[in-house]
Amino acid sequence: MATATQALQHYLEGFTSLEKSAPSHQHPWLRKLREDGFARFGETGFPTVRDEDWRFTNLSAIAQTPFRLVREVRNLPSQSDIAPYHVAGAACQLVFVDGRFAPELSSFGRLPDRVTITNLAAEIERRPAVVEQHLGRYLNIQRDAFSALNTAFIEDGAYVHIPKSVVLEGPIHLLFISLAHGAPTVSHPRNLIVAEENSQATIVEDYVSIGTGEKALCNTVTELVAGDHSVISHYMIEREHGQAFNVSTLRIQQGRAADVSSHSVLIGGALVRNNVHPVLAGEGSECLINGLFIGTGRQHLDNYMLVEHASPHCGSRQFYNGILDGHAHGVFHGRIIVHKDAQKTDAKQTNRNLLLSDTAQIDTKPQLEIYADDVKCTHGATIGQIEENALFYLRSRGIDETSARRLLLTAFAGECFDRMKEGPARKHVENLVREDLRRIAYSSRPEERVA
Amino acid sequence: MSLLEIKNLRARVDGNEILKGVNLTLNAGEVHSIMGPNGSGKSTLAQVLARRETYEITGGEVLLNGKDLLAMKPEEAACEGLFLAFQYPVEIPGVSNAYFLRSALNAIRKYRGQEEMDAMDFLPKLREKMKLLEMDEKFLNRSVNESFSGGEKKRNEILQMEILEPSLAILDETDSGLDIDALKIVAKGVNSMRSPERAMLVVTHYQRLLDYIVPDKVHVLVDGRIVRSGGPELALQLEDQGYATIESAAGAA
Repeated sequence: MATATQALQHYLEGFTSLEKSAPSHQHPWLRKLREDGFARFGETGFPTVRDEDWRFTNLSAIAQTPFRLVREVRNLPSQSDIAPYHVAGAACQLVFVDGRFAPELSSFGRLPDRVTITNLAAEIERRPAVVEQHLGRYLNIQRDAFSALNTAFIEDGAYVHIPKSVVLEGPIHLLFISLAHGAPTVSHPRNLIVAEENSQATIVEDYVSIGTGEKALCNTVTELVAGDHSVISHYMIEREHGQAFNVSTLRIQQGRAADVSSHSVLIGGALVRNNVHPVLAGEGSECLINGLFIGTGRQHLDNYMLVEHASPHCGSRQFYNGILDGHAHGVFHGRIIVHKDAQKTDAKQTNRNLLLSDTAQIDTKPQLEIYADDVKCTHGATIGQIEENALFYLRSRGIDETSARRLLLTAFAGECFDRMKEGPARKHVENLVREDLRRIAYSSRPEERVA
Repeated sequence: MSLLEIKNLRARVDGNEILKGVNLTLNAGEVHSIMGPNGSGKSTLAQVLARRETYEITGGEVLLNGKDLLAMKPEEAACEGLFLAFQYPVEIPGVSNAYFLRSALNAIRKYRGQEEMDAMDFLPKLREKMKLLEMDEKFLNRSVNESFSGGEKKRNEILQMEILEPSLAILDETDSGLDIDALKIVAKGVNSMRSPERAMLVVTHYQRLLDYIVPDKVHVLVDGRIVRSGGPELALQLEDQGYATIESAAGAA
């Protein structure tokens, strides 16, 4: 039940004003989606630590902040403002400011015929029947309050449709920018990606902030439908500033022999929760979940994954690597559900964590629910520090301590890079992380630590 | 000026005093051996000289080319020309041998005011030395010491020594775990590094290595002190009689 300590009244105001400004009455299915979402959120409010799925993450900072929708953006960033965020080699770049498409900042290269890459609001107007087929069909709003809340405020986001057998070479870069508005604001980007049979594509969701000094909540949902035999790589990069809250949900639906890789890289934000929820619905499908989270200061980085094996002969590999310094708190909750008919399931889960300070913390929890009887399911977790012997070995060869620490941290993060296909998306991530680790290698040295 | 002067060095770890007043002088061009029974402090001495911070210095002084070695961090000692070939080289997954060696070489070159070497110039030199040590080129892209056999790890230590060209090379039980063939290759590499500008300290438990790396002087370390010094024949005497006689003589002193 929603509790009195949560500031929910303004969400009702927001919902009412949304219906006024972006009415859904011409699309009854959309209206119903929003209403059901809002009703569900009203029932539950935000989760608390008494909810098993949120046991290690205290949401009072979010629940007690009166986040408001941004009604209109007065000062759109300029092209030069967003230039630092480009992905070299991208097939196209769609820019969203506070959850709304900014066509003037976006660019489309030469895309293959019949590929649709546009914003959701436009596609709902253009081809509502097509959007209705998929939007909201996969996400479970009963299970998660943020999913319900996002659904209540469906307005805009990315819409990607790759037709049968089309191979898109460069990555699709979706850049989500939060601006500072002098008061706490919230956005609910909603993305829908439909990849038909045999298609191949790479999508990069990139969350950044421009301007500081104000809390911002980004509550994003992406539904990714991977058709039979499709090969899809999805990246989620969270690199907003230190007062940002980011909750993201990636709900994947996989057809027969579909091969999906989900890479999450959490390096920014104050409180971040990333949910990855693939359902292996078609026989022989494969899913790789590859997560990297790097926390310093008082960051809270919560990684939640739920892999559902719903069909026989499917494989899933889940790897999460965490680096935590300062008073940062990392969470890994790895759930696997193997349904009754999912015989010959092969699932493997590993969470490796490096703690760089006495005050850093990791909570790691595997949760395996297995209802079939012929399956292979393994899980493991390690928690360690930078290997002292390795550090000394490097220093004894003349490499200074900061560089040695950086080498070792980069090698650890490198395990995640090695699981990414070579290409512009991987390069983009490597550059961002290397830069972040350069800073951490310096500040995490023992003598830098304040008692 | 001697290359290395150790005066009354005392050190302890976990509250136990291991080095109880070591005195030793090493001049450029010389190769000395340090032998001793297990637990005498041979590896501790090697690690203390390489500036391992887990060992606490409780007394004495060490001068490397006239500079205060004990005031240096491990990377400074390395840049000042000290190299330790480890007894148990550690594995470092995710860091390639080639990248690691080039980083080390460039760190030292930078310290000395020399230009950094790029991969184009570095790799041929590295390959040439690997060939002499009979190391397979595929080691270049493998992670440091990862899945290396004992012999391969020891040869990797010598390879690093050849690339970094130290003024003082300390070899910590380089022979342990090696068969005679590997031993010969390692010894060949070490001997090729002898020069009038360089000194070496060969720490060993067994005399056998010294047949191949013939020292100018042999010192016996017992219970944290050098209790006997002599020429290479002292090593042969130890092989004959074992450490017991020297230990009891030292105990009685």
